[in-house]
Amino acid sequence: MLSIKNLHASIEGKEILRGLSLEIGPGEVHAIMGPNGSGKSTLASVLAGREDYEVTDGTITLSKEGEAPIDLLSLAPEERSREGLFLAFQYPVEIPGVSNLNFLKAALAEQRKHRGLDPLTAREFLNLVNEKSRLVELDGQLANRAVNEGFSGGEKKRNEIFQMAMLEPRLAILDETDSGLDIDALRIVASGVNALRSKDRSFVVITHYQRLLEYIVPDFVHVLYKGRIVKSGGRELALELEAKGYDWIREENQPASV
Amino acid sequence: MAFDKNNILEEVTGKEYAFGFTTPIDTDKAPPGLNEDIIRLISAKKEEPAWLLEWRLEALRIWQNMQAPAWAHLQYREPDFQAISYYAAPKQKPALNSLDELDPELRRTMDKLGISLDEQKRLHGRAVDFVMDSVSVATSFKAKLAELGIIFCSMSEAIREHPALVRKYLGTVVPRTDNFYAALNSAVFTDGSFCYIPKGVKCPMELSTYFRINAGGTGQFERTLVVADEGSYVSYLEGCTAPQRDENQLHAAVVELVALDEAEIKYSTVQNWYPGDKDGKGGVFNFVTKRGLCAGYKSKISWTQVETGSAITWKYPSCILKGDYSTGEFYSVAVTNHMQQADTGTKMIHLGKHTTSTIISKGISSGRSQNSYRGLVQINRNAAHARNFSQCDSLLMTDRCGAHTFPYIEVKNTTSKVEHEATTSKIGEDQIFYCLQRGLDEEQAISLIVNGYAKEVLNKLPMEFAVEAQKLLAISLEGSVG
Ligand SMILES: Nc1ncnc2c1ncn2[C@@H]1O[C@H](COP(=O)(O)OP(=O)(O)O)[C@@H](O)[C@H]1O
Ligand SMILES: [Mg+2]
Repeated sequence: MLSIKNLHASIEGKEILRGLSLEIGPGEVHAIMGPNGSGKSTLASVLAGREDYEVTDGTITLSKEGEAPIDLLSLAPEERSREGLFLAFQYPVEIPGVSNLNFLKAALAEQRKHRGLDPLTAREFLNLVNEKSRLVELDGQLANRAVNEGFSGGEKKRNEIFQMAMLEPRLAILDETDSGLDIDALRIVASGVNALRSKDRSFVVITHYQRLLEYIVPDFVHVLYKGRIVKSGGRELALELEAKGYDWIREENQPASV
Repeated sequence: MAFDKNNILEEVTGKEYAFGFTTPIDTDKAPPGLNEDIIRLISAKKEEPAWLLEWRLEALRIWQNMQAPAWAHLQYREPDFQAISYYAAPKQKPALNSLDELDPELRRTMDKLGISLDEQKRLHGRAVDFVMDSVSVATSFKAKLAELGIIFCSMSEAIREHPALVRKYLGTVVPRTDNFYAALNSAVFTDGSFCYIPKGVKCPMELSTYFRINAGGTGQFERTLVVADEGSYVSYLEGCTAPQRDENQLHAAVVELVALDEAEIKYSTVQNWYPGDKDGKGGVFNFVTKRGLCAGYKSKISWTQVETGSAITWKYPSCILKGDYSTGEFYSVAVTNHMQQADTGTKMIHLGKHTTSTIISKGISSGRSQNSYRGLVQINRNAAHARNFSQCDSLLMTDRCGAHTFPYIEVKNTTSKVEHEATTSKIGEDQIFYCLQRGLDEEQAISLIVNGYAKEVLNKLPMEFAVEAQKLLAISLEGSVG
């Protein structure tokens, strides 16, 4: 599904990702953990095509069975989105005066156009909104308000998952979707995500805490440290990190010991 | 990626102004220059009464002793007033019995502008007056309005048919001495629209005027007068376009509104005069005086404007709140791109007790343009318990444009309450990226964000006009982020 090889990326001349490689198969859920500043959000931004970041080396390939693989780096952000890449932002932005529903309607129409489909009728669209907003227990009121404007932190994160449910991506990247959520909101968000798991939809779940992974059980756990994946394992790696913290990772990766 | 952006910018800045065609119809045009003879010629051509000729000549004398205003945040070469032709009329039969007699070329022009009169009649039930160059060429729906006693016609016709009304109100809100351009307009105005709503009548349809400058080397000097008698209501729309020309064309209009006791006038403008090319060549100089007098108790005047065109905009639709409990409103979106300059805003003059005013101004600047809000809120001694709320926001699309706010507040009554809020923001890269990530392209993203930003004002426009305005905003700003 997604193949990242030897990815190097920098911002303002500062190298943040330093040879990151990762293989994600269809339907898999990969958790990416790591201390603050290790480059997790940078990875998400580079995948989504944010232009502030300069990719200096490496490749990212998106593939789907029966289709020619796509060089993700050659695509503009909106094209990546239309190819099925979705990013749930760590800090979703507010767009005053733009109704959440109009925004989604326009986005969905673009996604469908790319797949050769007509836009949904108003009725079909509203039915879809009803169905998907229930997934994350999003109040109908929120759907009608301006995009994220005046939403609480938890509401913003639920809105991200709602949008994901509406756009049905094949690769979803969740950047610290759990941060700032209380336990109830966390459960709601996680059950929304779980409902969307399927054999041809993959997830990259970026998180600082293993708590989220009790609800969204990953197939693989990776530790990102100083711009590289330094350790990979199964679910038990998250528990180990929780118990031992990140210090042992730091020690293992001292420049002297490399 | 940065590359792509520049490409888009190149592509759309090369985009042509969509209304830049000229119509090849015969024009009856006066020789250039401004003097008493020209005024006499205009007045004679229009078969005007003697009082009006005198009124014009006095205006000319006033104008000759005035200087063009220099206080606005605008830079331009003053037009050569002697090089302009002050009268240009499409040559055709002087009176039309029905719209079917209209010159076919003129008809085509209206179609191109999207204001086919037939369409208007059938679909929207909106009465339209069409003013090309200086002369009103067609007014629809007159008979139907007449049943209600509503007068909606060209200014020339009003002068002929309703001289008492015109004489009573002309120049009462914007006197000839008001300013340089108002004096000029009073001397040379050739047409415009006139509207009178009788007592207690709620006008059942939107009244609209489309203004178009067509002939080269001319100016447009129309005069609009709207009088709403006691307890009446009218919603009035105004749209403007002009051909693309390398020279600067002068537009100096005067609009006067009068609302008597408990009357309400809602005046909406979508101004899209040719703005000049991307290097600032050509474009309309738009020097307009618009003022409303809330003469009566509980009267209300509301200005809504979407300004996207003109090389220079100098325009301050204002309200004089004379009647107790009267209300003035000003809702504005002003977009400037490339080399455009706008200095626009409003004046709210509170004279009566318990008068209220609201000002919502949304500036959007792009390219290397300059966009200024200039507003005066004046609470006079007797305006007890007057209230004003002003909000002036500026949105910057590039690092090379300028946004300026000049609020003037004068309060002479201690029981009044005046609130002013102002913000300036740069269009968010984060907002744009958020939209791109959901699959929208950059143009769509900008259009959404800008329309969201201007929503409070766009919501004040009549529905079909709002849709037009939204499209116009998107077109004016395509590819303008940087
Ligand atoms: N706009 C920027 N300019 C300069 N440095 C940045 C910028 N954004 C992020 N960084 C730096 O990149 C590093 C990785 O940041 P980030 O990817 O946000 O980490 P994480 O999400 O793992 O906490 C940090 O050292 C951060 O300071
Ligand atoms: Mg982060």
